[in-house]
Amino acid sequence: MSHWPGTAVTIGALVVAAWCLVEVARNRPPGRLQYAGLAVVEALVLVHLGAAIVALAGGARPHEYGTFLGYLIAYVIVVPMGFLLARAEPTRWGSVIACVACLIDAVVVVRLNQVWSG
Amino acid sequence: VASRAPAAPDAGRRINRGPGRVLIGVYGLFALAATARAGYQLATKFHEAPLAYLLSALAGLIYIVATIGLSTANRAVAVTCCTIELVGVLAVGTASLADRPAFPDATVWSGYGQGYGFVPLVLPVLGLLWLWRTRRLNPERGTAPDDGTA
Repeated sequence: MSHWPGTAVTIGALVVAAWCLVEVARNRPPGRLQYAGLAVVEALVLVHLGAAIVALAGGARPHEYGTFLGYLIAYVIVVPMGFLLARAEPTRWGSVIACVACLIDAVVVVRLNQVWSG
Repeated sequence: VASRAPAAPDAGRRINRGPGRVLIGVYGLFALAATARAGYQLATKFHEAPLAYLLSALAGLIYIVATIGLSTANRAVAVTCCTIELVGVLAVGTASLADRPAFPDATVWSGYGQGYGFVPLVLPVLGLLWLWRTRRLNPERGTAPDDGTA
């Protein structure tokens, strides 16, 4: 499977995480731009998910199949979960939540690549 | 939308607000991940490492209860779960290093949670710190008598 979708997610997630960190430092909740950033990260995640599904449908098998599928599920739900939690917390801690959600997805990309190639 | 910054110290805050909400998110994710993983392992290869998989299932269960305790502001439940987790990660972490053959496959708590970036070790510490900082309040409900007016 191509590494590009995962790399795009990593870059996008790290940029949005850093951006949310700026809002944490300014003692502010996520603004529209940060929420838009989360949406972009999730869109990139869905592209990656699509690429993974195409690869699996084409007969490719990850080294650890079950673990890979588990990580894929977590991968897709983390940012929407963070989005909803951050909306419920309109303080700087909402920005922390958005930041952490992005960082988790960046880590999950690493794990997806690891369990794919073993 | 109320966005007034809480200038008051954390004491007297509900445990499911502010930093507590960050904890709820991470706990919730770990609850899902640990439980799903343990369920899959117990269902497909229980005989390979029964002790490790049962411990993982127990850890997952405790994360679930901790998530519920934190999100419903049930202080007693949250304190209990965080304490069990801290003891668990220290005990299982030490045991997994001392007696490797007993742990042929990793658990959430093996090696003090190193398979998960030591988050399982850090999480209960952060949880207990947060519960400690918010302690000066009604111990039964996890709320301050004058919550929201400070």
